[in-house]
Amino acid sequence: MAEMTVRLVAVEREVWSGTATFVFARTTVGEVGILPKHLPLLAELVQGEMVRIDSTDGGEIHAAVDGGFLSVTEDGVSILAESAELREEIDVDQARADYESHDPEVHLRGRARLRAAGHSVQ
Amino acid sequence: MPAQLRVLRRRIRSTQSMRKITKAQELIATSRIAKAQARVQAARPYAAEITNVLSAAADASALDHPLLVGRQNPRRAGVIVVTSDRGLCGAYNANVLRQAEELLALLRQENKDPQLYVVGRKGLNYYTFRRREIAAQWTGFSERPAYADAAAIAGPVVRAFCAGADEDEESRARYQPAGSEETVRLAGIDELHIVYTEFRTMLSQVTVARRLAPMEVEYGVPEAVRTLYEFEPDADELFKNLVPKYVGTRIYAALLEASASELASRQRAMKSATDNANDLIRDLTLQANQARQAQITQEISEIVGGANALAAAAGSED
Repeated sequence: MAEMTVRLVAVEREVWSGTATFVFARTTVGEVGILPKHLPLLAELVQGEMVRIDSTDGGEIHAAVDGGFLSVTEDGVSILAESAELREEIDVDQARADYESHDPEVHLRGRARLRAAGHSVQ
Repeated sequence: MPAQLRVLRRRIRSTQSMRKITKAQELIATSRIAKAQARVQAARPYAAEITNVLSAAADASALDHPLLVGRQNPRRAGVIVVTSDRGLCGAYNANVLRQAEELLALLRQENKDPQLYVVGRKGLNYYTFRRREIAAQWTGFSERPAYADAAAIAGPVVRAFCAGADEDEESRARYQPAGSEETVRLAGIDELHIVYTEFRTMLSQVTVARRLAPMEVEYGVPEAVRTLYEFEPDADELFKNLVPKYVGTRIYAALLEASASELASRQRAMKSATDNANDLIRDLTLQANQARQAQITQEISEIVGGANALAAAAGSED
């Protein structure tokens, strides 16, 4: 099966890297699903959303991404984020508290984390 | 002379307690350097990626962004000076501040009005003591900078840069100092420089002054290797949104380098302070022992003298 290398890099560390068969993300223009051999693409991701990576070994990786960009080249897919957290790392209670916040930035942070953790929020 | 002995013993004790402090500082710094270096390493993949993405967007966009093409007749230049929050790190801050002074002098010579953006309490003290005007300041994270700290610097600074020196009062970039309710307006700038200390090795850290904006463009990338991207949203828009992130990562990288350098110079300074304390304690102990010996010798000779005198007095009575 076709596969591509995917890297999820946050400023402070590389969050995840490996091979994957599918990447789903929400850009400012719309939702994109990326399969191997996708055209080169540079896109800005929407605040407060998550990305899904289907890795080759069948696992699904969900990550909350803040201030992200998506770059697809012949070599693979890179997701750049100011900060990113995988589903396992997310503190759901903290995320819920952030989600209730009135500060729009904190609110979006919380929303991204809740979504990545698999909770359904508006 | 018991008084001299007491003084010496007191000095030994105070030197010992000072050595405890310097030794502890040295050990703390040593253990933190490795972590600081690891953070420098961990930040590299993102920096490399964002540079790629930015150059791709720059290739495709209209190329008239002030970050790429410097403004004509730059009038005002921002200078970020990265110093430490605490002392006990040798000449680290003095070197940074000297380099900053050189850069400021150079900018003034070129008829650019320098705006000081100070990072770290030591730099802040230096400039406030000299009653220099500080446009913006950030403190409290010099040993362990997080990206959020760099972003807090990058935000207002990039807005000031995008506004340019010709902006009117109204459109000035706002900036809210930590712990203050009031927002300050930053004057627009045409250039952005940063002065920090680069970590080469454990033994060598070099103070450098770099220009962050406008970028120094590297030419000579062969056309063939360029990827033709699709852009969402369009390249201009994307480029505009990338700029603050890019400058943020550059500042973050500088802060990380500076923190590693700070720790390395603290370790070195504290090591030599500990060595000096050891030497001092050795010398003082020697002197104290001599004084003690002299005191004993004197006491013995006084006793012997007294006994002889008594014996002589008793002999003459016979």
